[in-house]
Amino acid sequence: MPLVELKGVHFKYAGSDEYSLKGVSFSASRGECVLLVGPSGCGKSTLLRVLNGLIPHFYEGDLEGEATVAGLDVRSTPIHVLAKHVGMVFQDPENQLFLSSVEREIAFGLENMGLARAEIKRRVEETLRVFGLEELRYKAPYELSGGQQQKVAIASIMAMEPEVLVLDEPTANLDPLSALEILSLVNVLVKDEGLLTIIVEHRLELALKFATRLVVMNDGRLVFDGDPRTGVLFTHRLIGYPPVVITYNLVRRRGLTENFTPLTPEELAEVVAEACSRRKQS
Amino acid sequence: MLKEEAIIVKDVYFSYNGFEVLKGVSLTVRTGEVLALMGENGAGKTTLIKHFNGLLKPQKGRVLVFGKDTREASVAQLARRVGLVFQNPDHQLFAESVEEEILFTLRNMGYPESRVKERCEYVLRLFDLDKYRQRSPYTLSIGERKRLAIAAVVSHDPDVLVLDEPTAGQDYFNKSKLARIINAMKMKGKGIVIVTHDVEFAVQIADRVALMANGRVIKVGSARDVLTDEKGLRAARLLPPQIAWTASLLIQKGFTMSRIPMLPGELYFELARMLDSRGEGGNL
Repeated sequence: MPLVELKGVHFKYAGSDEYSLKGVSFSASRGECVLLVGPSGCGKSTLLRVLNGLIPHFYEGDLEGEATVAGLDVRSTPIHVLAKHVGMVFQDPENQLFLSSVEREIAFGLENMGLARAEIKRRVEETLRVFGLEELRYKAPYELSGGQQQKVAIASIMAMEPEVLVLDEPTANLDPLSALEILSLVNVLVKDEGLLTIIVEHRLELALKFATRLVVMNDGRLVFDGDPRTGVLFTHRLIGYPPVVITYNLVRRRGLTENFTPLTPEELAEVVAEACSRRKQS
Repeated sequence: MLKEEAIIVKDVYFSYNGFEVLKGVSLTVRTGEVLALMGENGAGKTTLIKHFNGLLKPQKGRVLVFGKDTREASVAQLARRVGLVFQNPDHQLFAESVEEEILFTLRNMGYPESRVKERCEYVLRLFDLDKYRQRSPYTLSIGERKRLAIAAVVSHDPDVLVLDEPTAGQDYFNKSKLARIINAMKMKGKGIVIVTHDVEFAVQIADRVALMANGRVIKVGSARDVLTDEKGLRAARLLPPQIAWTASLLIQKGFTMSRIPMLPGELYFELARMLDSRGEGGNL
């Protein structure tokens, strides 16, 4: 059974003349890492707000169609119940961290869920360990680097053990190595725990290689939903090409027949090296 | 075009409450070129650029802006020549509408009323913000607010433009457009400094790159020299551009290249040569 299921979803914000979502159907299951991309204003954030119930419970407007998350109808399920299933990490971790220590930050969501003390303690310890934050446990969030803050924001969401993790531009303010560490960490959770992750990110060169699926939006609609290697080849007018794909396209015109779009430098180097050695043998 | 030394930073030290953030930084910003300032979170990049328009004054060392020591000039004087856009646009937006934000900047910078309207229209259109002119800046998305903050500074036409993370939150269209605007301003002889983590954006537009780590400039040089130096980049917690990275992987596999490429076309040139020379017919 899909964890997230949208069928023919339309949404118009109160006071707006135009629909922000114009018939979106989308379903996703455990173990998927969905990269959601598209131009600013295409409806990505609106879609995320439907998934965690901010639409229709916080943002008013006309919601049509069906939307269920973990089997719960978002219309009839209050936000605090949905929050146990869908964890959302915002672009700027500063907006989300407000307590005096990393440890307390992680415990906060668990206390709100009304868990028993022993269970809270167990989950805090486990989370600190999994995310490599043990040494930072007594530090205040403002004493941490941007990358560490982002890690704490994700850790405090993951401590609540949601089935769905939503990341809104997680790497916007991070240096590339920190960004890669964060995305790799999430990737492990997707692979090992079956976490369904939905990532909104403009920097394809960082995020694409972790995606099991690419969803491209434009003007309130899904215009592509499928294999990232296929998607990057014909949605570039909306999202651009990563540099390795530009190179691959150029080389392909020179007769490289491999039908495998490389998404990373490693893959491009591999494709080229193979083509060269085959040609040597023939 | 004649390049002029716009900002000279000489052995600058700066600490916040005893915590040393800049530890002897020297750097020159020139007109007519784009300088990318890169490095990990907390390296001191933002503290450094706040010295460019006198918001911070060096505790040791000197900063000269068009020959004037920033300790002897007011921020108001310096801001006319050096326009700074912060990482978080909310730190500089305050007007009731998008249009007012630009109009205020222009009047504040002493533009004659006869030119205020025309400049305002120009930047609103340039940054694709004219459709939002009556909206409150706070109803815009963070990417749009960032564009507005850049537009406000561009409107009063400073000689040097300093942009902290200009591509954060910008989609593909706006990023390409921003690259074109920055290039056009460079051609007009402006000096442009961008603080960025976006290596691929730096590849596209930077003439020179300075890497910072731990309060120091650890490397400065042409974009090509710095962005193809894997060791230096890693020291600043950056990844090489995808193209340079692919090339170095191929070199590890035993391929030879005439030089490390940085752009797709350059890598293609090397690859085509390899594919041809290894094939029997050679002509694909």
